[in-house]
Amino acid sequence: MTVGSDTPAKVADGDFSGDSHQSTTIGDSARDYLNRLRGGDMGSLPAILGLIFLFVVFSSLHDRFLTTYNMANLVVQAGSICVLAMGLVFVLLLGEIDLSAGVAGGAAATITALFLIDYDLSWWIATLAGIAVGAVIGVIIGALVSTLGIPSFVVTLAFFLALQAVPLKLIGSGGSLRFNDEVLRGLSIKNVPVTAGWVAAVAIVAGFAALSLWRYRSLSARGLVHAPLALVGLQIAALAVIVLGLTALLSSNRAPNPDIFVISGIPWVLPVVVALLLFWTFVLTRTRFGRHLYAVGGNAEAARRAGINVTRIKVTAFVICSSMAAVSGLLAASYTGKVSPGSGGGNELLYAVGAAVIGGTSLFGGRGRAIDAIVGGLVIATIPNGLGLLNQASYINFLVTGGVLLLAASVDAISRRRRSAAGV
Amino acid sequence: MTEPLLELRGVNKSFGVVHVLHDVDFAVYPGQVTALVGDNGAGKSTLVKIIAGIYGRDTGDYLFDGQPVHVHGPRDVAALGVEVVYQDLALCDNLDIVENMFLGREETKGIGLDEVSMESRARETLASLSVRTVKSVRQSVSSLSGGQRQTVAIAKAVLWNSKVVLLDEPTAALGVAQTRQVLDLVRRLADRGLGVVLISHNMGDVLEVADRITALYLGRVAADVHVEDVTHGQIVELITAGRSGDLGIAENPATATV
Repeated sequence: MTVGSDTPAKVADGDFSGDSHQSTTIGDSARDYLNRLRGGDMGSLPAILGLIFLFVVFSSLHDRFLTTYNMANLVVQAGSICVLAMGLVFVLLLGEIDLSAGVAGGAAATITALFLIDYDLSWWIATLAGIAVGAVIGVIIGALVSTLGIPSFVVTLAFFLALQAVPLKLIGSGGSLRFNDEVLRGLSIKNVPVTAGWVAAVAIVAGFAALSLWRYRSLSARGLVHAPLALVGLQIAALAVIVLGLTALLSSNRAPNPDIFVISGIPWVLPVVVALLLFWTFVLTRTRFGRHLYAVGGNAEAARRAGINVTRIKVTAFVICSSMAAVSGLLAASYTGKVSPGSGGGNELLYAVGAAVIGGTSLFGGRGRAIDAIVGGLVIATIPNGLGLLNQASYINFLVTGGVLLLAASVDAISRRRRSAAGV
Repeated sequence: MTEPLLELRGVNKSFGVVHVLHDVDFAVYPGQVTALVGDNGAGKSTLVKIIAGIYGRDTGDYLFDGQPVHVHGPRDVAALGVEVVYQDLALCDNLDIVENMFLGREETKGIGLDEVSMESRARETLASLSVRTVKSVRQSVSSLSGGQRQTVAIAKAVLWNSKVVLLDEPTAALGVAQTRQVLDLVRRLADRGLGVVLISHNMGDVLEVADRITALYLGRVAADVHVEDVTHGQIVELITAGRSGDLGIAENPATATV
């Protein structure tokens, strides 16, 4: 009945810190990671393996696949899918879905194109108008889902149908709007000057290294849970290899006839995607909003009791998703150079959902990262790129992409089962 | 006897025509575990939700530290230092222990979260509760056992220097060893000077850890007694019949209710 009035704090303090589990060596970290994998916490691993697989297959089947010219193409092609998928991560984190994101992007691109052509406004006003269209769509969807409680599947299916009317009415069937603003079109067809590209790449690596080391120091100084220094070093090295390697690749002259003219530099779309990735990663992992988003996705009732405004979080997630869809619609228009009534109404959305899920974002809510969208988006974009080079009929493309999506969803479902069994 | 930390006086509550609570008096004393017992439908949950600020009162006073306070919602109650640990714990499986303990009240530095301070404070709190079964504070809650989850939920309630903690059936789903841990923890909370309310169906737990027992019977307080003054059998009679010998409600309340 009477237990420990003898200064429990001190006794426990030693016990606790002795018990606390900090992977002190790289071996411990590797073992932790393996345990997590076994427990079903796969993260982006399947997507990375899939990407490597696709690269090996396509490069062995076609010698032009691995050329720098094609790699730069791939980067530009993946841009709009990655951005759309990044937006979808936010609603998927809540266990919701937004089927209308693709056509919302099409509607936004239509508005932007009209502002550019009919009103002759500058590119940034037109861009802001397009993103505002996306944001408004998101507010309405979010309000219907969170206040009326209609399943997001139904609300966004209705928006998927209704929003296709916007470009059709504004453009007219059979027509199309040219999208040749110097800046917006330039995102896809122009490149960052080589020097500026290198400066940015080195700055990113240096910034990441400084941030990781500072974080390591401040955590280890207080004896808090932290990764071992070797792992931090490894992460920095890996990032440096990827960023600097990609920069080197894209900075070389990739013109098919290198003697006649020069194409080099990072396509502008890449810095846009990277900036969005960094921003949303910060929001998801380092802000209260991000934490609350995960909480609502994990257990909405617990979040509500903790004083989190669940309605506000849901509406905001839909606004972010639709706004990112608008950005994605602009990137898609920038790539094709035009906006047509069918823009965004095709498979874009399902590809983007597939990208997020392949990348490791769960359809069941509560799990996912912004980087998932990038990795998954690359997988999704690589398939038509490679099959196109191989001159395959387009039905193969649909079959393969559908198969990959199904595979990713199965991995998600199975790993979820393993998670609940292993309790990781 | 010391003054009660939290006190309800003459509380009535109806849902439509159903009169759930009749003139209920309830007090929580600092440094004591007050057990709230009663059969299903006796009004325990309603009383807890009124204390938690989730339900309003039809009539009656809500006193804290002897002063009448106006309570309009869970936030007011939390501001007083009253925390409720619900039976389903309300933890997010996909977040780790620190993230759960600070959920909804994250500390920030600039525009970002202050993980360093939150992790340190979570550690201190768990250590001060002599929690040594948790491997790491950065462990995902989904990997914890039932007892560890209960511990985290209780630590979450204590983290805010709360003065009163209400625990709804904390041992209902636990095994023998885990029940032991949680009961020890409940006792330690009271020894730290908190007012603890333990809602339980398990008379063994109640007799072991409680200082006082408030028994509800059909929405009325059947008895408010010291644990030394009653036997196991008497508590069961109070719960099932509303009276036991000279203890309990004099009349038969079933016929007296509306």
